[in-house]
Amino acid sequence: MSGSAIEHCDVLIIGAGPAGLAAALAAAPSGAHIVIVDDNPAPGGQIWRDGPGVELPIAAMQRRNAIARCANIRLVSGTRVIAATAPSELLLEDAERGWRIGWKKLILCTGARELLLPFPGWTLPGVTGAGALQALVKSGLPVAGERIVIAGSGPLLLAAAATARKAGAHVVRIAEQAGFQAVAGFAAALARWPGKAVQSLGLFDASYRTGRHVLSAQGDGHVEAVRLRRGTQGEEVIACDRLACGFGLVPNTELGQHLGCAVEMRHGAPALTVDAMQATSRADIYAAGENTGVGGSDRALVQGAMAGHAAVGAIALAEARRGELARWDAFAATLHQRFALAEPLRRLAAPDTLVCRCEDVRHAELAPRNDWTDAKLHTRCGMGACQGRVCGAATRFMFGWAPTAPRPPLSPVRVATLAALHSQDHSAEETTHAA
Amino acid sequence: MKKTETVALRINGQTLSVRAGTSVAAALRIAGSADMGTARRSVLGQARAPFCGMGICHECRVDIDGRRRLACQTRCEDGMVVETSA
Repeated sequence: MSGSAIEHCDVLIIGAGPAGLAAALAAAPSGAHIVIVDDNPAPGGQIWRDGPGVELPIAAMQRRNAIARCANIRLVSGTRVIAATAPSELLLEDAERGWRIGWKKLILCTGARELLLPFPGWTLPGVTGAGALQALVKSGLPVAGERIVIAGSGPLLLAAAATARKAGAHVVRIAEQAGFQAVAGFAAALARWPGKAVQSLGLFDASYRTGRHVLSAQGDGHVEAVRLRRGTQGEEVIACDRLACGFGLVPNTELGQHLGCAVEMRHGAPALTVDAMQATSRADIYAAGENTGVGGSDRALVQGAMAGHAAVGAIALAEARRGELARWDAFAATLHQRFALAEPLRRLAAPDTLVCRCEDVRHAELAPRNDWTDAKLHTRCGMGACQGRVCGAATRFMFGWAPTAPRPPLSPVRVATLAALHSQDHSAEETTHAA
Repeated sequence: MKKTETVALRINGQTLSVRAGTSVAAALRIAGSADMGTARRSVLGQARAPFCGMGICHECRVDIDGRRRLACQTRCEDGMVVETSA
């Protein structure tokens, strides 16, 4: 293993979802040496996730094929960013090795994750996020014949339901927390963005209900039933084999923050700050897609292309897309306005509900704490393997805390990867230690 | 293009065959029909299964060929040896 090797490139792109792929294809004609790093086994991000039996949309296949045809684009899958090791250098790790990569321009396309809120029973096996269910089914999870309840908020609930049904599951309830007026208003507004399918909104889906939210999941060893709040009409208990529950998306800003890029609140969550050319506050670092504020894959494609053009100096090409971006920004604003989370969702957790799943910290331990740092110091909340990516977003919503950015390493890392940092770049000496 | 080839791997000593491209997270469920694919025990000893599905929550971390990896971001390979801590 030559852990001391340093790779160099002109443009480094982190994330191979719509934004990352669009960025690479926009930058490619310049002839720049481009590397895309992504932590999943295949490119596509979440929305174009590949897997056994997945029929990828044309838009995804076209871009994947175009990337494969570009000799100056190298796609590095199954690889995580561990830390910045110099101002323009990152430490990477895959299943086999760790290595450093130096860049001249960096484009962050780190996407978003689901907002996952704690409620009694949420740690039971069989409870997942909503997008999580979709991702797992696409990766081969068998759900045929299972009774599934999908709950939370946003269009992703419908997408998850469609994927689960196609795989043979019985989706017995889709519970949207937003009220009927809000959802109907969103459906009506979709006419402004042809291509955003109105029919996918499921208002005519027999199992779709608005104004409902999860109260608890019950089961012995795994989820067996879900209790839902039915607006002002009491509660319902639904027997099920799975519960998929997600409350919208949260931008993945951690790497950007680690690199010193400024963040701002957008649609109620921290997002990376970018200018009209997708440049962050740090010279030579751009950001595109959901990490600049959640707004969907069409917006991510436009932002990614703009960042790719801008990174190689094709400013006019980037500027030409600004009108399109404004349209998708408006769509994002409508989405967040219509699916704003209701106040009672801040109080789903019971005193003994675990809020931090990594360190098993109960809500009752966190409620008296003043802020995120106070909670970390006293309870270990946010100090487990996920480094607060789940409980940080949850406590922001529940308590109004402002979680600090994770410190490096940004992901659990092998000692060998860190040890490789110690080797001098110019040393040709390879010392072999007996294992 | 439908992939129909299969790969064989071992999960906690049990050999199973899955469709090529299947994630280890999905294979955990295929291997353990009753436990929804438990991957690990939490600090308090609770069973935990894949939760976020996208490499964020680390609930699905398992031992794959002697290294700790995330089941949801790892594809099953022929001859792979997976050990859960459940």
